[in-house]
Amino acid sequence: MEDNILTVKGLSVEFRMRAGVVKAASDVGFDIERGATLALVGESGSGKSITSLSIMRLVPPPGEIVSGEILFNGRDLMKLDSEEMRRLRGSEIAMIFQDPMTSLNPVYTVGDQIAEAIELHERLPRSAAWARTVEMMERVRIPDAARRAKDYPYQLSGGMRQRVMIAMALSCNPRLLIADEPTTALDVTIQAEILELMRGLKDDFDLSMLLITHDLGVVAETADRVAVMYAGRIVEQGGVRDIFHNPSHPYTEGLLRSVPRLTEEGMKRRRLDTIEGTVPSLLDLPRGCAFAPRCQYEIAECTQRDIPMITVNGGHGSRCIRADVVGDEAAKTHPERSGRAQTAGI
Amino acid sequence: MTANENGTLVEVRGLKKYFPAGAALFGVGSDEVKAVDDISFSVRRGETFGLVGESGCGKSTTGRCILRLIEPTAGRVIFDGQDLGALGSAGLRRLRRDMQIIFQDPFSSLNPRMKVGRIIEEPLVIHRTGTKQKRRDRVVELLKLVGLEAGHAGRYPHEFSGGQRQRIGIARALALNPKFIVCDEPVSSLDVSVQAQVVNLLQDLQEQLGLTYLFISHGLSVVEHISTRVGIMYLGKLVEVARSQDIFNDAQHPYTRALLSAIPVPDPDARRKRLALAGDIPTAINPPSGCRFRTRCPLAEPRCAETEPQMVEVKPGHFVACMVVAPEGKK
Ligand SMILES: Nc1ncnc2c1ncn2[C@@H]1O[C@H](COP(=O)(O)OP(=O)(O)OP(=O)(O)O)[C@@H](O)[C@H]1O
Ligand SMILES: Nc1ncnc2c1ncn2[C@@H]1O[C@H](COP(=O)(O)OP(=O)(O)OP(=O)(O)O)[C@@H](O)[C@H]1O
Ligand SMILES: [Mg+2]
Ligand SMILES: [Mg+2]
Repeated sequence: MEDNILTVKGLSVEFRMRAGVVKAASDVGFDIERGATLALVGESGSGKSITSLSIMRLVPPPGEIVSGEILFNGRDLMKLDSEEMRRLRGSEIAMIFQDPMTSLNPVYTVGDQIAEAIELHERLPRSAAWARTVEMMERVRIPDAARRAKDYPYQLSGGMRQRVMIAMALSCNPRLLIADEPTTALDVTIQAEILELMRGLKDDFDLSMLLITHDLGVVAETADRVAVMYAGRIVEQGGVRDIFHNPSHPYTEGLLRSVPRLTEEGMKRRRLDTIEGTVPSLLDLPRGCAFAPRCQYEIAECTQRDIPMITVNGGHGSRCIRADVVGDEAAKTHPERSGRAQTAGI
Repeated sequence: MTANENGTLVEVRGLKKYFPAGAALFGVGSDEVKAVDDISFSVRRGETFGLVGESGCGKSTTGRCILRLIEPTAGRVIFDGQDLGALGSAGLRRLRRDMQIIFQDPFSSLNPRMKVGRIIEEPLVIHRTGTKQKRRDRVVELLKLVGLEAGHAGRYPHEFSGGQRQRIGIARALALNPKFIVCDEPVSSLDVSVQAQVVNLLQDLQEQLGLTYLFISHGLSVVEHISTRVGIMYLGKLVEVARSQDIFNDAQHPYTRALLSAIPVPDPDARRKRLALAGDIPTAINPPSGCRFRTRCPLAEPRCAETEPQMVEVKPGHFVACMVVAPEGKK
C-alpha cells in the first residue's frame, strides 16, 4: 500500500432529488501509484467529476458521499475535519478544471491570485510569495512572466490562462494533481503544448496525477493506468496498454472502436462503429450490469445479479462476466447492437 | 480552382467579412476584425467539403456568409449557378430552402418551450409549405429518417439526450429538402460514441438524399473521416486545400503539418513527432503582415513578412499558400 499515493475504496455518492436518488458514483475503487498518472474516462454524466470532487470532499449538495474510504498518503480523508481538509486542498492535493475563467477571479491580477494561494498555504511574506509566483509562471513557460503576472485574466489567451491555473496548482508543491478536462477547451496545437508541459512538470515535481478526459488520444499519450466509467461505476481498469490493446469490457471495446482515426490510406466512406442506444438514467439503474441493454455480448445472467470486478490478469480488471470473450465476434449474442450493422438512422 | 462547372454547387470567390472591433475595449474606433479575408473555394455536388482550423480562424463566419445569414464585406457566393449577392430578397428567400445549417450545440439551438414536432415543422410553416396534415406527415417521415420515432413529436427537447437532440436539429434542417447543408461543428459537443452515431447518420442521409455538405470542425479525425476534400484555415485565410487523403498523407503547408502532428493519437505505442508551434495565435484585428502564419512558423523567412502568399497548385487539385514550400511559378 505504501507505494500508492491515493486509494479509493467502495466510494458511493448519491444525490437525493425530488424525482428520486441519483446514484452518481457506485462502489468506485482505484489506486494511484506514486508518480503515476491515472486517467478516468467515460461519457458525459458517468461520474468522473463527482468522483474527483469526492476526493477533495467537495461534492456539491444535495450530493452526499454515502460510503467509501479515501486514503491519501495513508490518511483516511473521510475522517478529517473540515479545517484539516481545507488545509490539505490546494497544498497537498491541487485541482485544475476545464475552464480556467470560472476558477480565476476576474477582478484580481493573475499574479495576485497565485501569490495569495502561496501566502495562505506556505505562510510566506508577500515579497517572497511574489518572487515564487513569478518563478512558477516561468516554470509553466509564460514568456515575460514578471510583467504578465500583473495582467488580469481577460488579458490572457485561453492557453495562457490554463498555464496560470497550472502554475497556481503547483505553487504549493502538491503531491497529487487532479486535472478535470484540463485541455478540452483549448485548440489542438495549444493542447499539445500544455500536455507536454504537464508531463515535464510531473517529473520535475514528482507529482501523481488523476487526469479526467474524454479524449482517448490524450489518455494514450499521458496515462500509465486507465479507469473507464459507465453509469457511475468503474467498468474496467488496467494499464494503458491493457486497455487499448486488450479491452475486456464491451463498453470499452465499443468506445475505442467508435473513435474516428486518421488512416494511412483513406478508407473512405467506411461506417464508424457505434454503441447503439443511450446511457441509462442514474435515477433508475437496471439490475445487474448497466451496460447490458446496449451490449453485444449480453446473456441472461448479466441482468440477474450485480457484476463484481473480475480480474483479467494482474492489475487489469473488468466488471463483465464475459470478459474473456470480449473481442471475439463469434461470442456476440447481439451483433446488431453496433452501428456498423445498421442502416440509416437507427 | 474548379475543374468542372457542372460539378460545382457552391462557389466562393474572394470572400471577406470584416467586423467592427470592440472600440471600447481597444480604444480605437476604426479597427476591424478581419474574420474572413479573401478566401476562394468551391464545393462540388454530392461531396463533403471539410473546413478545419483553430478557434476564431473564421470557419463559422465563412459558413454564415455562404448562407447569407450575415452579409459579406466583399466577394461572391455562387450557389447552383446563381450569384447570391445579385438576388433580391424574394430570390434569396426561395434559395434559402435549398441551403440549411446544423449547429454545434444541440442544447441551445432548439427552443426549449416548443415540442419537437413543432420545431421540425417550423421551416415548413415559415415557407408556407403543404397543408397542416401534409406537414404532420412530413414531420413523422423526418423523425423516422433520422432514427427517431413518430411518438417523439409530442415531447420537449429536454427529454432527449445530446445525440437525439442533434438528430432533431438534423431533421429540422432536412424539412425543406435542401441540396446543401452547412454542418457547423455538428458533433463537437457530443460524446465519442454518440459522435459516431451522428456522423454515420449524416453519411447515410447524404447517400440517400444526394446532399452536399460543408462540414466545419476543429476535430481533424472526424473531418478526415467524413470529407472528400478539406480546406485548412488560419486567421481568416485558407492556407491549404486538397483531397482529404492528400491533406492527411501529404500535407504541405507548415501549419497543416503542425496541426496534424498535434492531434493526440489513441494508441499508447504510437510514435509521435510533434512539430511545436511558437507562441499564441495572433488576433485577427492586426494580423501579421505578409503570411499570417509567419509569427509561429518554423520555416519563416524575412520575405514572408513582405508579401502575402498566393494559392499555388502543387499537384492536381492540391493548393498551398506558402512561399517557402510552394513558391509561385513552380508546379
Ligand atoms: N448538482 C447535481 N445535482 C444532481 N445531480 C447531479 C449533480 N451533479 C452531478 N449530478 C449527477 O451526477 C452524475 C455524474 O456527474 P459528473 O459531473 O460526475 O459527470 P462527468 O462524468 O464528470 O460528466 P462530464 O463528462 O459531462 O463532465 C450526472 O449524471 C448527474 O446526473
Ligand atoms: N458578430 C461578430 N462581431 C465581431 N467579431 C466577430 C463576430 N463574429 C465573429 N467575430 C470574430 O471573427 C473571428 C472569426 O470567428 P468565427 O466564429 O468565424 O471563428 P470559428 O473559426 O468559427 O471559431 P470557433 O472554432 O471558435 O467556432 C473571431 O475573431 C471572432 O471573434
Ligand atoms: Mg465532468
Ligand atoms: Mg465556429
